Amino acid sequence: MIATGLLTQVALLALAIVLALATPVRYRAVLTGPVVAGIGLAGALTGWAALSGAHGSVNVPVTLPLGPVTLAPTPLGGFFMLVIGAVGSVCAVYAIGYVHGPSASKTSWVALATFLTAMQLVPASADVVSFLLAWELMAVTSTVLVLTEHADRPSVRNATLWYASMTQLSFFLLLVGFAILSAQAGSTQFVALRAAEWDSTAANVAFVSLLLGFAAKAGIVPLHVWLPRAHPEAPSHVSALMSAAMVKLGVYGAILVSTEFLVSRTTWWSVLILALGTVSAVYGILQASVASDIKRLLAFSTTENIGLMFLALGAASLLRAYETTAVADVALAACLLLVLAHAAFKTTLFLGAGSILRATGHRDLDLLGGLGSRMPLTSVTFGIGALGAAALPLTIGFVAEWVLLQALIHGAGSHNRILAITMPVAVGAVALTAGLALMTFVKAYGIAFLARPRSEGASRAQESPASMRLALVAGAALVIGLGLVPGLTADIVAVAAGLDGVGSVGLAGVDLPGVSATLDPSLLLLLGIVLALPVVAVSVRNARRRPRRNVDLAWGCGGVRVSPRMQYTATSYAEPLSRIFDDSLRPERDVIVTHSTEARYLVERIQYRQRLSDVFESRLYLPVIATIDRVGAAAKNLQNGKINFYLAYSFVAFLVVLMVVSL
Amino acid sequence: MTLRSVVRLILATGKIAEPAPPKPDVMSGRPPELAGTVQIRHVDAGSCNGCEVEIANAFGPVYDVERYGARLVASPRHADVVLVTGVVTHNMKEPLTRTVEATPRPRLVIALGDCARNCGIFADAYGAVGAVHEIVDVDLEIPGCPPTPDAIVSALRSVTGR
Amino acid sequence: MNGGASVLALIQVLAMAVLTPLLVGLMRQVRARLEGRAGAGVLQPWRDLRKLFAKEPLRAPGISWVQAVGPVVLVVSSLVLCSLIPLVGTVAFPGLPDDLFVVVGVLLIGTVALALVGLDAGSAFGGMGSSRHMTIAALVEPTVLVSIYALSVPIGSSALSRIVDARIQAPASVAAPVSLLAMVSLAIAVIAETSRMPVDNPSTHLELTMVHEAMVLESSGRDLGWLELGSWLRLGALLGLIGTLTVPFGMAVEVAPVPVLVGMLTLAIRLAVLGAVLATVEVFLAKLRLFRVPELLAGSFVLALLAVTASYLTVTV
Repeated sequence: MIATGLLTQVALLALAIVLALATPVRYRAVLTGPVVAGIGLAGALTGWAALSGAHGSVNVPVTLPLGPVTLAPTPLGGFFMLVIGAVGSVCAVYAIGYVHGPSASKTSWVALATFLTAMQLVPASADVVSFLLAWELMAVTSTVLVLTEHADRPSVRNATLWYASMTQLSFFLLLVGFAILSAQAGSTQFVALRAAEWDSTAANVAFVSLLLGFAAKAGIVPLHVWLPRAHPEAPSHVSALMSAAMVKLGVYGAILVSTEFLVSRTTWWSVLILALGTVSAVYGILQASVASDIKRLLAFSTTENIGLMFLALGAASLLRAYETTAVADVALAACLLLVLAHAAFKTTLFLGAGSILRATGHRDLDLLGGLGSRMPLTSVTFGIGALGAAALPLTIGFVAEWVLLQALIHGAGSHNRILAITMPVAVGAVALTAGLALMTFVKAYGIAFLARPRSEGASRAQESPASMRLALVAGAALVIGLGLVPGLTADIVAVAAGLDGVGSVGLAGVDLPGVSATLDPSLLLLLGIVLALPVVAVSVRNARRRPRRNVDLAWGCGGVRVSPRMQYTATSYAEPLSRIFDDSLRPERDVIVTHSTEARYLVERIQYRQRLSDVFESRLYLPVIATIDRVGAAAKNLQNGKINFYLAYSFVAFLVVLMVVSL
Repeated sequence: MTLRSVVRLILATGKIAEPAPPKPDVMSGRPPELAGTVQIRHVDAGSCNGCEVEIANAFGPVYDVERYGARLVASPRHADVVLVTGVVTHNMKEPLTRTVEATPRPRLVIALGDCARNCGIFADAYGAVGAVHEIVDVDLEIPGCPPTPDAIVSALRSVTGR
Repeated sequence: MNGGASVLALIQVLAMAVLTPLLVGLMRQVRARLEGRAGAGVLQPWRDLRKLFAKEPLRAPGISWVQAVGPVVLVVSSLVLCSLIPLVGTVAFPGLPDDLFVVVGVLLIGTVALALVGLDAGSAFGGMGSSRHMTIAALVEPTVLVSIYALSVPIGSSALSRIVDARIQAPASVAAPVSLLAMVSLAIAVIAETSRMPVDNPSTHLELTMVHEAMVLESSGRDLGWLELGSWLRLGALLGLIGTLTVPFGMAVEVAPVPVLVGMLTLAIRLAVLGAVLATVEVFLAKLRLFRVPELLAGSFVLALLAVTASYLTVTV
């Protein structure tokens, strides 16, 4: 079953490539899109089979220098294949209607199909070589895809450069880490790595290297700088794939490392994961709450959610190290539930943002508005995605966050100083991110879809074509559907990670017997409906006696010059927050006053500029890059073209070699 | 003032509101929905602020018109009565019309003071357009320049019926 | 068990629907008397509601369905709050989450509905009120969640009925340092979330000082009626929560006529006392400048963290 599934994916990939290269532009999307969706579906089904306990493997007897290639997904790998496959098929369906111009080219479709297949092969890998091969293939194809639209724009080229560099940095770190592990274990197969004994320095170096490598791919602070650049510039279906699927592979890697290969007895490993997660969560959502570019907002929100996943993973690993396995299980379940929830709502949100971009031509929230009446389906689905991202009840986001909070509050029962400090801090951080996420998504939804259009493009918006609508509805249905029957997802997650303390109860509610807590959102919905009936009845009766009357003008204090430009924009909505947190955000503000030529006391023009850049980029990366530049420039003095210097270099090198050999 | 001095002031002063005068008749044409409670949006169309001082006194502790159910609100969407003071000036003509149109029905317009009723002392001023009844329909008038708080309270009681 | 719990929930909802406008009337009356005025009477909010439902709602161009649906969502979320929080009795639905985190989630649904109504108005004031309201909500959430954490540690669960039951059985635990610190920080959070002084002035007419009022400036008729009732119910439910946690005596532990009546009576007394105290405090306070509010909320967050630390000290000792 598994072998069939894996081979089907590769076969469909070949078919997709052939179709992409052979068909004319008019039919390319309609023909290739469904095949790519098929790849996603095959991946999801293979993952489902792996979760149900099927065993199977594909061995490629290639004589690669480091070993044969084995693909044999474990239940955990199967879980990630399921998530990625589902996201992939939804995005492929969306792409059918969305692609135009350069994103409909042969390269773009071939890259998309390869990207999805590579992403699905990473969790299926059972040895280092296949893992790294699939990883690098995924990295290369995604770099190509980022560069698809508007390749002539400097921002796009910049984004691609940053992305490519960070991806290669991540690959390098992974290579170092896996090399150390394989050398110690004597084999590149994952089964050997799981069973091996580690010498402590090697284990420490490998852990840090692997963790940082996976963190860079996942978008964890401070290695996140590529995320808010690359995700906005990619075409929307690619942004959705990257944000909802690709970064999850970083989380998958981190889970592999901390729960299977390098199970920690040392506290500082778990605390490191916890700390990275906490900082990313808080910083990510802070930047998202003040962003006015909708895709940048969503990209930073991805950093926040990945931070929460790392936080959950760190807590699980820390609790397991202190023998509180029941609560540790709940924390790991929370991590996987967050993976699932984020995949569902982030897909919906990015695809919705793509709809907006296609309909209005704008990504800037300050120029949108009034789209609710012009694009009703996009409005409803984006709203549901936003509800999920803000972790409000009845969505899967809420269930994931509830499980995380239950794990954290039951975590520090024992007389343990480290837990007594870290758990409350973690709860505080989760709470702060939850509050800021609420604000961010109310801003994103309210400014884009409510009130009146703030620009020409927004007032000419029209609803998206059928395939895009279908994808959006699928995403939103997942967000609400999984949230109403979380018992199903809890069972899946328990199987995926082999957890005991998580299960389902009643009408598909979540049961956490380990911490004696249950949650059944469907009963909450029922309560809400029962209480809503009298209220709605009163409203309807009242509407018949006092119908709503249309008037010409909104109330604006009776003013005579009322325009849509007087509404609040996204920048003004977030202004109190940017003032409160201006030490962390460090906005650059410029006020340029032009005085009148006749009199210095009369002002002709005032220009206000605010720039919110990524603090880590401007204070960490740019100085590092500047230093490297300077060192490189200084090193040019060594290559000055004079043959005397080169002869001297060879002579010195010769002397050094002689000295080393004689030692 | 310190906390102690405020507490002592409250305890020493007690109730300042004067006892209620006899209840006036309900005005003719008062919509039955407004019985017992009325929200008022005040518009200054061009007054000298003498009427505003009297309104402030009417809503103050001594006359306390709130005990009869009248309350000032910020938005005409929340209001039942638009209380207009002053003669209507050129710049306030449009805002006054918009304010009255922004008020949901059933609604009343009350013209308070002689300027609002018949331009008062500003009858031939260059900035004045006319009295309030020339711009919007007026349901009740309160004469006086300025009207006493008693007159204002009595007029508002004739709307609420309390 | 199930039937009894449903009856109790229904009783709570009806009781709160009747009591909260009286609570608001009482608060306004207390303020009036302290200011030397006579006041409009405790029944005035009921008269206001009746009149609002008799007025026509107006729709300006550009306003969407949020104007009609938002207020209904706010009221329904407040009613759900009233049924989830143990106010009259502590008999819980088996399976129905009366978990404090769920209660906070439902509270936030109401907050979001109100914020969207404000944004839908399409005016500068609506957006301003919405922005300030959400900023305050974002900063209140850490305090609320950490105080819930502190309250749940001695019991081992965040289910409200269990927390209240434990307090009924061991009344001395109400005066424990954990409990006091958590209650103070929760009280500050409740004041911020329900837009009372010193965070927001509910009776201001100056738009630039408004937080809650600014969001409802464009609503009229039944929309405004639902918004007012929804806000009052939230205030009542949250004050009831504080009352239940501070003075849990008299609550019904089984669904029988006498305990339920006693429970309703004690609920009315608790609400009246808390409302009167809140109104008295409001007379002496001036509204804080908006950018001082984060300092107040940060202070309450520190209190909540101290409560958590205290809870670990009591557990380990």
